[in-house]
Amino acid sequence: MRAVKGLLANRETLALLILAALLFVVLPLGLDIFRLNLVGKYLTYAFVAVGLVLCWGYGGVLSLGQGVFFGLGGYCMAMFLKLEASDPESTKIQSTPGIPDFMDWNQLTGLPWFWEPFHSLTFSLVAMLVVPGVLAFIIGAAMFKRRVGGVYFAIITQAIAAILTILIIGQQGYTGGVNGMTDLRTLHGWDIRTDSARYVLYYLCGALLFVTIFVSRFVLRSKVGKLLLAMRDKEERVRFSGYDVASFKVFVFTLGSVFAAIGGALFTLQVGFMSPSFVGIVPSIEMVIFTAVGGRSSILGAIYGSLVVNWAKTFFSESFPQLWLFFMGGLFIAVVMFFPNGLAGVLEQHGGKLGQLWSRFVKRAAPRTPEPAPLQQETRT
Amino acid sequence: MSPIPAQPSSPVVLAVEDLTVSFDGFRAVDQLNLYIDRNELRVIIGPNGAGKTTLLDLICGRTKATDGTIRFKDKELTKMPEHRIVHAGVGRKFQTPSIYENLTVFENLEISFPAGRSVFGALAFRRTQEVTDRINRVASEIQLRDRLDERAEYLSHGQKQWLEIGMLLMQEPELLMLDEPVAGMSVPERRQTAQLLRRICQNRSVIVIEHDMEFVRSIAHRVTVMHQGKVLAEGPMEQVQADPRVIEVYLGH
Repeated sequence: MRAVKGLLANRETLALLILAALLFVVLPLGLDIFRLNLVGKYLTYAFVAVGLVLCWGYGGVLSLGQGVFFGLGGYCMAMFLKLEASDPESTKIQSTPGIPDFMDWNQLTGLPWFWEPFHSLTFSLVAMLVVPGVLAFIIGAAMFKRRVGGVYFAIITQAIAAILTILIIGQQGYTGGVNGMTDLRTLHGWDIRTDSARYVLYYLCGALLFVTIFVSRFVLRSKVGKLLLAMRDKEERVRFSGYDVASFKVFVFTLGSVFAAIGGALFTLQVGFMSPSFVGIVPSIEMVIFTAVGGRSSILGAIYGSLVVNWAKTFFSESFPQLWLFFMGGLFIAVVMFFPNGLAGVLEQHGGKLGQLWSRFVKRAAPRTPEPAPLQQETRT
Repeated sequence: MSPIPAQPSSPVVLAVEDLTVSFDGFRAVDQLNLYIDRNELRVIIGPNGAGKTTLLDLICGRTKATDGTIRFKDKELTKMPEHRIVHAGVGRKFQTPSIYENLTVFENLEISFPAGRSVFGALAFRRTQEVTDRINRVASEIQLRDRLDERAEYLSHGQKQWLEIGMLLMQEPELLMLDEPVAGMSVPERRQTAQLLRRICQNRSVIVIEHDMEFVRSIAHRVTVMHQGKVLAEGPMEQVQADPRVIEVYLGH
């Protein structure tokens, strides 16, 4: 009993439990599979948002090109699924059976060399993490070692998002062009379009999101987290305390990008296709907005931000399709002007009363046990 | 004036030779020679724009030299990146207190502890007894022992200056460079800082830039006067104060 109470009195654990209950119990029970699948899609953006909390909220590095990593992760997954969907039997009406349909439409007569390894699921999964990770590492190292930061870094990442979109659209024969990779059906023979598969993928997505949360908390609670805060405040001082500031920025940027890539791969699995419209400038900026609305220095805030803004997006674009972009722009301006720390900041400010009510409730629930331990500071001797 | 050659009995820790840096043709430091001995406390004085801060920037790698050499023990510093110069044992305090306002005093000192300086080292870094002991020792030295859990932004200006000195002490540098450490301090704070500096130069060399002549007199072993990027005079305080050229460009004002 005391253990349970201690757990409930710790606000961070409590917040995690609430999120777990919401994602794994309340939403699956309350929503039909079509809506739940949509929530699963929103959650894939939460991976990007958590990554942005690390590199923007803590590291002070604003990337306006997270769509690049989301997209690369998604495309790596899509290439595997597309090859599986393009077996010679189901593509026998093509002039070259056994290659993806869009290649055939573009007069390709064989599978390009870089597609070959994507026959292997293991390779595809590794590539899904490594390709975006290595790209982020190269971009980060090139920028941060030269001390490019702030607005310049944001503009360059935005340019990279534009470049990748143009590349994908231009190389139609290799990438499926503007339509993307569609008609994805099975993962190792397992049909991903059935309701049961959608449930499984939703829970997989939720579980991986929790892994991401725990990895992020580990990083932020380590000395790296403190150094990131210190760097945001006095970068010179950190440098002259003997730290290679650039390598820490490269690290969080790469980690954030790998998170985005995992989100992208889960997106492909749950939505069943991947296209350049999730790679470019607009989706990349939307991802920053999810993070800003939720609270850029709160991991859980960013997750709720992704859920709320995407839910609003679906709602508005179903009801008032023309107004959505204006609403989104207005929301962003409002958040930046009035709630710079997003939903998490609002809760922090006005959540005191809620917290008091809660601790009173916890006390009353088990009146005989002694005072619950307050939020424990790291002990020091 | 020719530089004071190194005495065989007092080994030179830092040897700056023919150091020059020019910004768009303006020579902020011009063919400068400077030798600092082990356990010496040297004060650099001079009028504004003499190149004092630039000299410290050059030694700690913040500014890259156009010409000349900086030898620290056996290492040549001019081509090293900043964090390697720190690893070699050079610590630098900036003119305005440069501390992490949103961390506690304890965390400020902890970050400066010389371990876990790589990314993966920092991920694996744990607060050991040794770290805590060193932090407590340094905090007593800088008189912030009872404020360890407070956020650094709530310290007074003078305490912030001490905290930054404490952060440098955590690194245990062999050469400590302080840029105007008593700027903005009250008279009692200045006295305490002078005592602190005398204590901490027991087993390391210290370079201090300062304008307050009272303070300089109370701490300096030797004084170097800079003017227009060059060394104008060097020696004990009394000798420098009596030098007519020094009076002309600096003390006379």
